Amino acid sequence: MPATVRIPTSLRNLTDGSAAVEVEPGKLTELLGDLAGRYPELGARLLGEDGQPRRFVNIFVAEDDIRFLDGVDTAVADGQVVTILPAVAGG
Amino acid sequence: MAFADSLVCRECSRRYELGALYFCDFCFGPLEVSYDTEAIAGTVSREKIAAGPPTLWRYADMLPVERTSATDLGAGLTPLVRADRLAAELGLGELWIKNDTLNPTNSFKDRPVTVAVAKALEFGLKTVACASTGNLANAVAAHAARAGLASYVFVPYDIEPSKIVATAALGTVVKVDGNYDDVNRLCAQLNDDYDWGIVNVNLRPYYAEGSKTIAFETAEQLGWELPDHVVVPIASGALLTKVAKGFRELAEVGLVEGGKTVRVSGAQAEGCSPVATAFAEGSDDVRPQKPDTIAKSLAIGDPADGFYSLAEVRASGGAVTAVSDAETIDAIRLLARTEGIFTEPAGGVTIASLAKLAQGGRITKSERVVAYITGHGLKTPEVVPPGELPVIPATIAGFQDTYETKE
Repeated sequence: MPATVRIPTSLRNLTDGSAAVEVEPGKLTELLGDLAGRYPELGARLLGEDGQPRRFVNIFVAEDDIRFLDGVDTAVADGQVVTILPAVAGG
Repeated sequence: MAFADSLVCRECSRRYELGALYFCDFCFGPLEVSYDTEAIAGTVSREKIAAGPPTLWRYADMLPVERTSATDLGAGLTPLVRADRLAAELGLGELWIKNDTLNPTNSFKDRPVTVAVAKALEFGLKTVACASTGNLANAVAAHAARAGLASYVFVPYDIEPSKIVATAALGTVVKVDGNYDDVNRLCAQLNDDYDWGIVNVNLRPYYAEGSKTIAFETAEQLGWELPDHVVVPIASGALLTKVAKGFRELAEVGLVEGGKTVRVSGAQAEGCSPVATAFAEGSDDVRPQKPDTIAKSLAIGDPADGFYSLAEVRASGGAVTAVSDAETIDAIRLLARTEGIFTEPAGGVTIASLAKLAQGGRITKSERVVAYITGHGLKTPEVVPPGELPVIPATIAGFQDTYETKE
């Protein structure tokens, strides 16, 4: 069973309109690499040149911020959902 | 008229049309309202402001929305009071308290919300919402009711009960099984599926601008002079960054003399101190925390403006301090006893931080200092319980037997 990456509305023009993209489970960094390979423009917007998420990109595996897990080394299991959100909400 | 001309990304400077947008599609940086500053400078004046309403709408020329009575419950123009007794206790010189507990829903959140809900009306939205630790929820529900809009306010399940009472009478309170950061994530996700104005999500650029008015008022109430040093509580960091921006804008449009930088210091609770920690470590990396503090209105573990608030503090020569829950409670009582102002824990954090900055020599006796008290103590009565009070007979002897009076 694949894992799913949820794409924010304003970036769906970069995924041919898809709200969610299915990827192979594994380390988050591999998932993001896979996503960036399929949608290079999306990859460039999410990740800096060092392969780390940009400062204002928050990534959640299930409901947990990856900064409380193992960052981009966090393992994403079968069926889990990865959510990408702008960091600038709230307050 | 409003002089806002576009939204601009703080990171990559890309411009967007004024809309219900809050982040840059290209780099995810926050969008901020950009103004025609020259046009504002050409129309604004101290006299025009003084002739305006006794609310923050007197500064409408410097806000991103047309002035409207539809969302005006009277937010702003709260008292700035000289605090000589507190200053003496803390070893400070000229100290002022900006008492923002006296807003319509008893916290500073009425400032950003009256602006955000006005913008929601302008965009033709029918429902407003927010992620809140309690104060914002109350402000959103009240201003939505005033404007005739529906409201859904999302809060952590464990906020203080008193913070829900008024709000539940005003709109729909949604309790979420999680902390503020979970609530915030949920609201950012809801934003994709609902055509709402979520004040601190898709209306955030406009909403945050409302907080500048606390700086505008500070200067106006000081006779159009800037203070030397201000102490601001940090939750998301948006208030602090907007206070700094507000002081700069006053100089840019000619309302105050230019060339002066107001030192801006931040106050956090030890149990939720991501910005204070980064400040102490000399780092730019504001790492998220899981909050555990009585100052629930400051309990944002992943502050959206943590990075920028840190930058404002450093650039202005301020500091960020964290204080314990015990220090916070002592400071609530100190402010009450010395100045007659009863605050919720956020204000206790601010006063305790002020004390710490004074002790550490970060604030000096020669500075004109303003501390921002952002929420009323009756919102959190459980924090400073009065204890068992004796009941006396209704006689003079009964009183004299129980109480020793000084005079």
